[in-house]
Amino acid sequence: MEAFYLYFGYRQNKSKRGEFLLAKLIQMMDRSSGVLRNPKNRLLKEIIRHKYFYILLTPVVIYFAVFAYAPMYGVVLAFKDFNYAKGIMGSPWNNFENFRAVLGNPDFIGAFRNTVLISLGRLVIEFPVPIILALLLNEISKSKLKRIFQTVFTFPHFISWVVLSGIIIGIFSDQGLWNQLLVTFGLEKKSVLTDPNSFTAMIFLSSIWKEAGWSSILYLATIASINPELYEAASIDGANRFQQMKAITWPVVKTTAAILLILAVGNLMNGGFDQIFNLYNPIVYSHVDIIDTFVYRSAFLDSTGFGFSTTVGVLKSVINFAFLFGANYIVKVVWKEEGL
Amino acid sequence: MKRRFSVIDVSITLFLGLGAVLALFPFYQTLMLSFSTISDFGGGKVFLLPKQFDLSSYKYLFMEGKVTRGLFISVIVTVLGTAVSLIVTTTGAYALSKKTLPGRNFVFNAIIVTMFFSGGLIPTYLLLQKLHMQNNLLVMILPVAVNAFNLILMKNFFNGISPELEESAKMDGANDILILMRIVVPVSLPIIFTMMLFYAVERWNEWWLPMLFLNDSKLYPLQLVLRNAIANVNQILNNTAGAQLAAGIKNIYGDSVKSAMIIISAVPIIVVYPFIQKYFASGIMIGSIKG
Repeated sequence: MEAFYLYFGYRQNKSKRGEFLLAKLIQMMDRSSGVLRNPKNRLLKEIIRHKYFYILLTPVVIYFAVFAYAPMYGVVLAFKDFNYAKGIMGSPWNNFENFRAVLGNPDFIGAFRNTVLISLGRLVIEFPVPIILALLLNEISKSKLKRIFQTVFTFPHFISWVVLSGIIIGIFSDQGLWNQLLVTFGLEKKSVLTDPNSFTAMIFLSSIWKEAGWSSILYLATIASINPELYEAASIDGANRFQQMKAITWPVVKTTAAILLILAVGNLMNGGFDQIFNLYNPIVYSHVDIIDTFVYRSAFLDSTGFGFSTTVGVLKSVINFAFLFGANYIVKVVWKEEGL
Repeated sequence: MKRRFSVIDVSITLFLGLGAVLALFPFYQTLMLSFSTISDFGGGKVFLLPKQFDLSSYKYLFMEGKVTRGLFISVIVTVLGTAVSLIVTTTGAYALSKKTLPGRNFVFNAIIVTMFFSGGLIPTYLLLQKLHMQNNLLVMILPVAVNAFNLILMKNFFNGISPELEESAKMDGANDILILMRIVVPVSLPIIFTMMLFYAVERWNEWWLPMLFLNDSKLYPLQLVLRNAIANVNQILNNTAGAQLAAGIKNIYGDSVKSAMIIISAVPIIVVYPFIQKYFASGIMIGSIKG
């Protein structure tokens, strides 16, 4: 979902394709200084002419300044020994003590490993599903049937993980539907959500259930932009449906998939907090505790200190950013696709 | 182009049909559970239909008060939150869509940066505490007021509106704020509707910030009431003594009561879903492809 806004957000800068964040930052500074180099009164005139737009812009600017930029300052906590009474400013620096503590913490190492493994699992198992779904939906010629399918598959996207995990926990509980069925068929009851392996499988399955339909919308939109004459020409030339899909639909879908893949890799350290936090239980911590759930617990339940938790967050952002750049590089240079 | 209906069509349709049934079945099962009685459930009798339709779970929930209060809070937060988000996003997106506005690129890029960098959980938590968000319902409205992705989507939509429309109004002496209200908003209803529904769903599903900041259980929104009920049952079930205890818990928060709670919190979305479905497809397409 977010990926796809992002994708289109960047799309509109097509002429400046190939640049990314840092380039953007530099460009941004250039532009603002460019404005300043203009004769002063001309700029002033422009500003006055747009005065109502500045009024309209103010709430958004305040929002991002307060709720997005102000907390960024708090990142210095990673380098401090946080003391509640002294606040962020007054707390003493502690010479990378937090980083040593985090990197030496076996639970952090475990959470880091789990995050990477679960995210990679998502890339392999979840990522292709919306693509396949879109290709299949595209093959359905009755538009009414297609719309019904789309409606059904998109629906779970709008239900929160709180509700969905409630449903899942209900179905797989001791007396739930799953165990009822097992008993009916003469099999032994199984505790799906307390077994690390089946729990991990459940993460992937439930995530496909919730998001596959929604994610397929973007691919369907891409497919809809293909000129139908191409298909007609191909079928006149005797190409069958599979050949048409391979030669016409797939190349277009592939470009979209490449960009979404980069963004997914750039999200590798996130691992899906809402889902795992609502589904997991202490028995499976060893296998599914991800960095975000670890940060939450270390900050609010284990009281390891806010400095410690902030440090974990900082490390996560840094690694995420490295992954984003790495994936972008691989797609552009190795795979020869467009990239960001 | 018309294709012949072949074996491939039939198998694709069947395959997707099976998927659709699987996707809907858990919701159906939960609905049926909510109508069942505790004894029906334990005896493995609820599969496709409960033995008898029993509304006592719903009655219990509405008498008990927690759910009714949660519902009330969720409705208030959703209505107010959606209104705030919509106003801030619309005005901001409109201003950002003006290519001639000095400083526009700077602001826009600064917003994009926030999609990649954030202060993280703890700094945000400390800041919100300083802003007196503890035990304050505004915590569900203000910190999440603008979604950068929605803002970009809307800005792209406004970029596609023909400038002549605004210019003619300008000649009549209207100022830019009036133009936004009288000219731009009426032609942008598809995107505004889409955003309204996105934000409403977000606000309705909110559980994380209230969980962190609301200590007073009287302020809990429905999602949090539900989460606590589920987590409670889950935790006890997973205890070492789990299985033996299970029977006892059923009487406090039986699965049919839990299911009824799930249904109550999902109903508003099921009700608005057809509208979302109708608008979001067109809204997203217009907002994203143009610009």
